[in-house]
Amino acid sequence: MAACDRFATLAQSPGDLILTRSHESPLVELKGVRFAYGEREILKGVDLVVPRGKVVAIMGGSGCGKTTLLRLIGGQLRASAGSVVVDGEDLGQVSRERMYALRRRMGMLFQFGALFTDMSVFENVAFPLREHTDLPPELIELLVTMKLNAVGLRGAAHLSPSELSGGMARRVALARAIALDPMLIMYDEPFAGLDPISLGIIGQLIRRLNDALGASTVMVTHDVHESLAIVDHVYFVSEGGIVAQGSPDEIRASTDPFVHQFVHAEADGPVPFHMAAPPIREALLGGRAA
Amino acid sequence: MSGPVAAVRRIGNLVTEGVWRLGFAARFFMLVLLYSGQSLRRVHLTIREIYFSGVLSLLIIVVSGLFVGLVLGLQGYETLQRFGSGDAVGVLVALSLTRELGPVMAALLFASRAGSAVTAEVGLMKTTEQLKAMDMMAVNPIARVVAPRFWGGVIAMPLLAAIFTSMGIFGGWLIGVVVIGVDPGAFWSQMQSAVDFRYDIMNGMIKSFVFGIAVSLIAVFEGFDCHPTAEGISRAITRTVVSSALAILAIDFVLTSFMFRGTS
Repeated sequence: MAACDRFATLAQSPGDLILTRSHESPLVELKGVRFAYGEREILKGVDLVVPRGKVVAIMGGSGCGKTTLLRLIGGQLRASAGSVVVDGEDLGQVSRERMYALRRRMGMLFQFGALFTDMSVFENVAFPLREHTDLPPELIELLVTMKLNAVGLRGAAHLSPSELSGGMARRVALARAIALDPMLIMYDEPFAGLDPISLGIIGQLIRRLNDALGASTVMVTHDVHESLAIVDHVYFVSEGGIVAQGSPDEIRASTDPFVHQFVHAEADGPVPFHMAAPPIREALLGGRAA
Repeated sequence: MSGPVAAVRRIGNLVTEGVWRLGFAARFFMLVLLYSGQSLRRVHLTIREIYFSGVLSLLIIVVSGLFVGLVLGLQGYETLQRFGSGDAVGVLVALSLTRELGPVMAALLFASRAGSAVTAEVGLMKTTEQLKAMDMMAVNPIARVVAPRFWGGVIAMPLLAAIFTSMGIFGGWLIGVVVIGVDPGAFWSQMQSAVDFRYDIMNGMIKSFVFGIAVSLIAVFEGFDCHPTAEGISRAITRTVVSSALAILAIDFVLTSFMFRGTS
């Protein structure tokens, strides 16, 4: 079975193999990355490293730029300043063909799976294999069965995405994301909206698949406890920059006010409960004396 | 003072946005053509779309064509009879359908049935991040999703127009010959002598081919460009139907003025 996986990797275009870099350098490196949607600056000089073989979480409040960071790493967005280097390739400089060659070695799990609704579960997982390899149908069937088995859904191969629960859809999407044995797996809010059992399953799969495939993982999430149990390193993003980072133990022991508020889910702190507004007295009494 | 200034500003915004969208649509069209080779090489993708756009539109095309032919036959005979030319009803039905009604009506129906479905499908794929997922898997969504749907529509449109026209002529025959009692020999022979293959039928086919390009492009563009929300998809579908109808009528006028200008 492992031989089949290796064969699937080798069956990708020869150009992909040239991309393999020194295993000493980090797989992903962001230096001084800035990014803005129009006038609104989201990232103001982010430095971030994803070492090879590690699971890294990017955490932060809603709208702080976590998903934007993931899109920059995936090449869906281009930084307005700074550099995003993936496996030695500066994504700001690569051509579309080169970007696609890199993406064949990346897998991404979208927040709600993004399964192709006009295909069965089997066809969804087979999709990248059919698009990027010339493997015979029997071998594709074998590989898809293995991938689905890895996420525990071999029995769902014939179902359509509309027949799956949220957790199952995400597991199928995970099987699809690892179909080509990627070097980098990206997760966008993998735990959002899941029941505790599905949440635990997804968390374990993220860790197990990363180690089994020898891949590296970047996970954007705000689920603190589930993430700290499986990741090697955590970055906290706030107000356009990295405000804290460290191993799960360091994060748990951190006295940084932002990290403390986030990890312990406190309503008030560096991230205020009240949005900036005129004083309540003024709003209620319209400036009249009480 | 702020009223007129605001109005001018709104008009300016509308114009610049319109020009921007037109430019984006032109660039999108170029990309669709550029990546068409990939999708046409994998012909099963295009055949699937011909089925969804063409075969599944057959019912509405056949029924509408038949009724348009029936009405044309009735109205045509009524008018021609006043001038003692009731036998020429076949000519009237055939020329009306091959030159104008066949391509235009079929295109309008195609835009409503298949164009709106394509916009909804592509728009939903965008909303549920399926297009992004495809792009992240190094599969170009324009080559894999858009181009097959575009060519499926372009190929299906002339075929549907031909079927619409044929059903219309059949409807005209039903009314003229079977119901009213026009001599079948006169009906068919006059039609045969009056309808020219190149001038009437080919020009009609060219029209429907151009309509196919316009409607398919509008449908895939609106789906691809829609705001990724339920409301955004709804608006995109509406824009597809309205823009397609206006485009069909405008293009028809331009093509007719070039094809049938002052000749028999």
